[in-house]
Amino acid sequence: MNHKVTLFAVIALLPFALLIVGFELLPLTAMIRDSFLADDGVTYTFKQYITALTNPYYTKGMLNSLLISVYASCIGMAIAIAASYSMTRMPAKIQSMLVTFSNLTSNFSGVPLAFAFIILLGNSGVFTLLFKEWGWNITDSFNLYSWSGLVAVYVYFQVPLAILLLYPAYSGIHKHWRESASLLGASAFQFWLRIGLPVMIPSIVGTFSILLANAMGAYATAYALVGGSYNLLPIRIGALVAGDVVTRPQLGSALAVILGTMMVVAMWCNERMMRRFRRDLR
Amino acid sequence: MKKKWVHIIIISVVFLYLFLPLAATFLYSIAKEWHNTILPVSYTFSAYENLYTDPRFLQAVGRTLLISGITLVLSVVTMATATFVVFMYLPKMERVLQALVMIPFAVPGVVAAVGLIKVYSSGPIILSGTIWILIGAYYVLVLPYMYQGIRNNLRTIDAKRLMEAAEVLGASKIKGFAFVIMPNMVTGILLSALLSFSILIGEFVLANFLIGGYYETIQVYLMRRLNENGHLASSIVITYFLTVAAISWMMLRLGRRFGKTEEIKEKIS
Repeated sequence: MNHKVTLFAVIALLPFALLIVGFELLPLTAMIRDSFLADDGVTYTFKQYITALTNPYYTKGMLNSLLISVYASCIGMAIAIAASYSMTRMPAKIQSMLVTFSNLTSNFSGVPLAFAFIILLGNSGVFTLLFKEWGWNITDSFNLYSWSGLVAVYVYFQVPLAILLLYPAYSGIHKHWRESASLLGASAFQFWLRIGLPVMIPSIVGTFSILLANAMGAYATAYALVGGSYNLLPIRIGALVAGDVVTRPQLGSALAVILGTMMVVAMWCNERMMRRFRRDLR
Repeated sequence: MKKKWVHIIIISVVFLYLFLPLAATFLYSIAKEWHNTILPVSYTFSAYENLYTDPRFLQAVGRTLLISGITLVLSVVTMATATFVVFMYLPKMERVLQALVMIPFAVPGVVAAVGLIKVYSSGPIILSGTIWILIGAYYVLVLPYMYQGIRNNLRTIDAKRLMEAAEVLGASKIKGFAFVIMPNMVTGILLSALLSFSILIGEFVLANFLIGGYYETIQVYLMRRLNENGHLASSIVITYFLTVAAISWMMLRLGRRFGKTEEIKEKIS
């Protein structure tokens, strides 16, 4: 590479590099370093990780986060698998309408979504009052501000995303495959078991891992719905770093590193699956 | 066709589930009285009137626009140049760049906030409490979308051949980039910027943690007024949602136009 090109490249890359270092790499490394410091911020120690992984308060938060993510992702996945398959059986115009609508509702998350559910199913929500009028006290079996409510809301923001990610995968299953299979005497069930599912599996696993990461990192929805009262990992981190009472940034950093690691593992699964998917196609 | 009904029922149920919260929020925003009935008893637009004349709301909109505006300009300028240079002259660096811009996908808002607060609340550069810490955070947040859009765009316009042609005709590298490559990428960049914009106006976590206390963006404003006045809050949600819908519609139109020019180019070549 000649001198002129190098100079041009350096000038062009400099602002980007500065911003990336300043707002991505530096904060991440500072956080990781912080997580290995004691509460005084000077001595190096594993104490924060030991606290994070043994204190029942935090392990419960991790478990809750993991459970709600798995639940919401499984339910969301099941709904999306059925819905996007049904979508492929519709006329093209309706298909593109439904995709547009999924795309729109995939933006509906966080605080606005929590609020919409409060209107519908909150303590004085429209449905809650309506059902009460009809003699069914919904709050006996369903509480929006607790586990069941969180799952319902999390499922809501998973479904459109899952549909958007899965729907294209169905186009990988060509019509003539089905025809050939049925000509050779395969039933619909056999076709899906032997051909459809194996082709779909990488997309399904990939989508699932994205949903999992998406739910695990969700903060705004839960925060708007339950505030600090429900024990979830992101909520715990937020409280430790910028809480109203006591802040323990080092412990918060350790928890943040744990959450980040969980997300990276989920993403890594997705990456592996996508690679496999592509190799299968070739 | 008996089976077709099954599909129609599945789709209706799923999309009704997606549609209901939205419809309820809309009805709530225009309802005057709504107790124990399926539909409101009487309607009024006063929530919207109150909202659009509330200086606090208008200020929040202004702030969100300011922050996203600065972020997007910064992102478009630096990402376009960086992606272009790496694509053209440093192909070996491509994997590094890709890894760098994908990190935000694996870092949820709370985690990013922890690191940023740590670095910029003490030490040589103090940014916490200023809008710059949020702009930096947002810059990182939209990296994957901007990169993906620009990278795909460079590939479809065949930037390498365009640059070659420009240089053969006597243009310098900078001139070639500014007057040949950039004009060809306008639509693609606009698309990524619009997508990023719709993400930024819906962002709550970083805004709340980094400067929420001093500086109210739309989402922070919504959060604060959530329990205060339901009708007002629902009119904010609907306004936000309509904005996102408008942006999506613009993207669709742009995307189609973009697709058409690509088709024409293909036909010519």
